[in-house]
Amino acid sequence: MSRTTAGERETVLRLSGITKRFGALLANDGISLSLRRGEILGLLGENGAGKTTLMNILFGHYVADAGKIEVEGKVLPPGLPAAALAAGIGMVHQHFTLAENLTVLDNIVLGTESLWWFSSNSQKARARIQQLAREFGLEVNPDAIVASLSVGERQRVEILKALYREARILVLDEPTAVLTPQESTALFETLKRFVAKGLSIIFISHKLGEILAACSRVSVLRGGSLVAERGVEGVTRSELAELMIGRSIPQAKAGVQKAGDVVLGLHGIHARHNSQLLDGITLDIRAGEILGIAGVSGNGQSLLADVVSGVALPIAGTLALKGAIISRISPRLMVNLGVARIPEDRHAEGLISDMSITENVISESYRSAEFAQQGFINWKKARGFALKIISAYEVKCPSPEARVRLLSGGNMQKLILGRVMANDPCLVLANQPTRGLDVGAVNYVHEQLLAARKRGAAILLISEDLDELYSLSDRVAVMFRGQLSNAAPRESASIKDLGLMMAGHGFKTEGQSHAA
Amino acid sequence: MEAIEILFTASLWAAAIRIASPLIFGTLGELICERAGVLNLGIEGIMTAGAFAGWLTVFLGGDLWLGVAVAAIVGALFGLLHGFLVVPLGLSQHVTGIGITLLATSLSYYFYRLIFPSVTSPPKIEPFQPWSIPFVSDIPVIGEALFRQTPLTYLAFAAVLFVAWLLNKTPIGLAIRTVGENPSAAEAQGVDVTLVRMGAVMLGSALMGIGGSFITLSAFNSFFFEMMNGRGWICVALVVFGSWRPGKALAGALLFGAFDAYQLRLQQLAGAYVPYQVFLMLPFILSIIALIIMSRRAAYPRALMVPYRKGER
Ligand SMILES: Nc1ncnc2c1ncn2[C@@H]1O[C@H](COP(=O)(O)OP(=O)(O)OP(=O)(O)O)[C@@H](O)[C@H]1O
Ligand SMILES: [Mg+2]
Repeated sequence: MSRTTAGERETVLRLSGITKRFGALLANDGISLSLRRGEILGLLGENGAGKTTLMNILFGHYVADAGKIEVEGKVLPPGLPAAALAAGIGMVHQHFTLAENLTVLDNIVLGTESLWWFSSNSQKARARIQQLAREFGLEVNPDAIVASLSVGERQRVEILKALYREARILVLDEPTAVLTPQESTALFETLKRFVAKGLSIIFISHKLGEILAACSRVSVLRGGSLVAERGVEGVTRSELAELMIGRSIPQAKAGVQKAGDVVLGLHGIHARHNSQLLDGITLDIRAGEILGIAGVSGNGQSLLADVVSGVALPIAGTLALKGAIISRISPRLMVNLGVARIPEDRHAEGLISDMSITENVISESYRSAEFAQQGFINWKKARGFALKIISAYEVKCPSPEARVRLLSGGNMQKLILGRVMANDPCLVLANQPTRGLDVGAVNYVHEQLLAARKRGAAILLISEDLDELYSLSDRVAVMFRGQLSNAAPRESASIKDLGLMMAGHGFKTEGQSHAA
Repeated sequence: MEAIEILFTASLWAAAIRIASPLIFGTLGELICERAGVLNLGIEGIMTAGAFAGWLTVFLGGDLWLGVAVAAIVGALFGLLHGFLVVPLGLSQHVTGIGITLLATSLSYYFYRLIFPSVTSPPKIEPFQPWSIPFVSDIPVIGEALFRQTPLTYLAFAAVLFVAWLLNKTPIGLAIRTVGENPSAAEAQGVDVTLVRMGAVMLGSALMGIGGSFITLSAFNSFFFEMMNGRGWICVALVVFGSWRPGKALAGALLFGAFDAYQLRLQQLAGAYVPYQVFLMLPFILSIIALIIMSRRAAYPRALMVPYRKGER
C-alpha cells in the first residue's frame, strides 16, 4: 500500500464539479469528491438527493453536463461503462442489473471476453468464481439460474461481478436496503476484508447507523449538492441526520388515546397463496388504534394484507368491517368501504410507473361522482386533486403530468399516502410503509399514520422494524408461519419476547399446523 | 387406410423436409432477432426480397450460391433499416416491422415489373438439384427422405447447429441473450446494447433472406407475386412454438412441413368428397393447436419489444 504523505493515503478517484440536470431539476450541483485507497467512504443523503445519479455518472450510464472524473490520475471518458470497468470501477446498482433467466456464471462473465472470440472458457471462469467466492465468503452456485436466487444471493452475484473483473474501486448503492439485519452484518464483514486487500469502496445509504458502523469518512448530499464531509469519529447520529435533512427531526410518538368501536374483525381466516399461508387468523382493531404486526418477512404478513384489502380470498373464516360481515370481498368493495391500502411494494402494487401523477392519484376513485361525469373523467378536477396532494404532502415533482417513474422512493410513498388519506378512511392498511425511505420521509409517514389514528381510523401496521412498531403501535402481535399471536399492549411486550416469538417460540409447531 | 399408409412413404417425409427448409431459415432468423429483444415482423417482406434478389442474381447469369449470398445481403440491409428504426430510434417494433414487410414486398414486385415489363409466363432459371449423400441415402424411407435433398436444405440443418452453438456457447451469443433479457445488465457489464441488437437483427434478417431464396432457387425455378404466401408469419409463430430455442424451432418447422405435405396428399385422396380448402386449412389449424399446447409455459425474452434508451429510468 503506497502512501504519499504520512498518514494520508493516495487518492484513487476524484470527481470534480459534477453537474447534472434532468429538465428543470438539478440532480447534481457541482459535486466534488475524492476517494482514498483502502477506505470506505459513506455517501449519505435522503431519497432523491442525487446519490444514484452521481454514481451513474461515474459509471458512464449518464453523461454529466459539467465536471471531470479522474481515476488514479487519468481522466475517465464520459458515458462509457466499458471505460469505467476498464479503469477498475465495479458497481453494485441500487436496482440489480442481472439477467434473471441466465445463470450466475453467464451474468458474471458477460462482457469479460471479446465478443469476436468464438469460444468461451466457462470451465476456467467457474473455477475462478468459486475461488473468489470462497476467499470472500460469498458462496453462490455458479450454475444456478438467477431467478431462483434470493435477494441476498443476487447481491453476492453483483459483488462477484466486480471482483471477477478485479475492480479496485467498488461502489455499492444502498446495498442493505434489501437485506436482513444478519445479511447486512455479513456484508460489512466482507467489505472490511476488501479494504484490507487494498480496494476502495463508496458505500451509499440513507441509514445513519450503517454509515457509522461501516465507513471511515462520510460525505453528505442534500438536494443535489454536497453539504458536508466528516470523519466518522466524533460525529453523532443526530448531527448526521440534521446535515442530511437540513433540519432537526423530532421522533413521532403515539400519545395516549382511548380506542373506539371495533372497525376490523377477522375470525378464523385461512388462506393460501403461492408459498404463503394464513392458518386461522383472528384479530380485531378498534377505531383510533394502531395494531402492529411484527415478524420476519414471508410469514404470511403480505397475504394477511392482501386478504384485508380484498386482493386475496380466504378459504375459510369471516371478515367483518364495522360489525358487518363482508361476504363478497373484492378490492373495489374494500376501497369503497373506506379501506386505505399502503402496499408493500410501491412499484408493483401501489403506483403505475408509466402513468402520470394525476392518473395515479385518481386510480382508486376515478369512478366516484367527484371525478366521473356521464362516463367521462373530469381531468380538470383530477389535476386539481393531484395539485392538492402535491402541495399538502410536499411531493417533489416537476408537474402533475410527470410520469411517476421519475419520482424518488420517498416521493412515491408520499403520493400514495396522499391518495389513500384523502378519503378519510376508516381502516388504514400499512404494509412496510417505510421500507427504503430516509429518516425524514419515515418521520413523515409516521406523522401521517398518527394523524389518521387521531381522526379515529383503525390502523393495521405491518413492519419488520421493531423500533417503528414500538413507537407507533397501541398493541403488538407477532406473525409466524401463518399464525398470529395474541396482541399484547405495547407496555407489556418486551423487545426480547417479541424477538423470541418472531423465531417461533410459543407457536404451534409446523407438524401440528399441517395436521390442522 | 390409404390415409395411414401415406405416413410410411418416403416421398411424404421428403416433401415435409423440403417444405420445412425455408421455414427453418426464417424461424432461426426471427429467433435471433427476438432473443436480442427485437420483434422483426419485416420477415415476410425480407423473405420475399431474398427470394427475388437471389433469383434475379441467378437469372442475370450469377452462380446459384452467389444468388444465396445476395439474398443474405439484401436481407441484412433490410435488417439494418428495421434495426435502425427500432433500436437507436426506439420506434414501435410492430408498426415498423409491418412497414418493412410492405416496403420489401412492394420493392421486389416493382423491380420485377421494371425488369420484366411484359412477360406472360415467369422466366425460369436452373435451380439447385438434389445431392444424394452416398450410402446413407439408401437407407429405406429415412435415408430417402433425409439425404436426397438440395444443398440448401442441408445448409438449413447446419444453420440450426450454428445458431444453437452461437447463442449458447460463444461470448457474442451470451451478449445477444442478455440484451434480450435485461439490457441494463448488459450495459452495466460494458456491452454496447445498440450495437449487439443491431448486429443480431442484421444476422437474423440475413437468414430470413436465405430462407426466401430457397423458394426461388430450390423449391421452384421462377419468381412470381404472392409466392411467399404467409411463410414469414408462420416463422413468427414457430419461434413461439419453439420457446425461442433453435432445436425446438426445428422440430416445429418439421411438424408444420409434415402437416402440409400430408394435407397435399390427402387432397388427392379425398378431394372428391371434401372441398380442398379444408385441407389447406389443416396445417394451420394443427399448428395453432400445437402452439397453444407448446407455448403455454414458454419463457419469452423479458426485454422483447422493450426499447432501450441509455440514461433513462
Ligand atoms: N433519468 C432520469 N430522468 C429524470 N429525472 C431523474 C432521472 N434520474 C433521476 N432523476 C431525478 O433526480 C433526482 C435524484 O435522483 P437519485 O436517484 O439520484 O436519488 P437518490 O439519492 O439515489 O435517492 P434514493 O435514496 O431514493 O435512491 C430525483 O429527483 C429523481 O427523480
Ligand atoms: Mg438511489
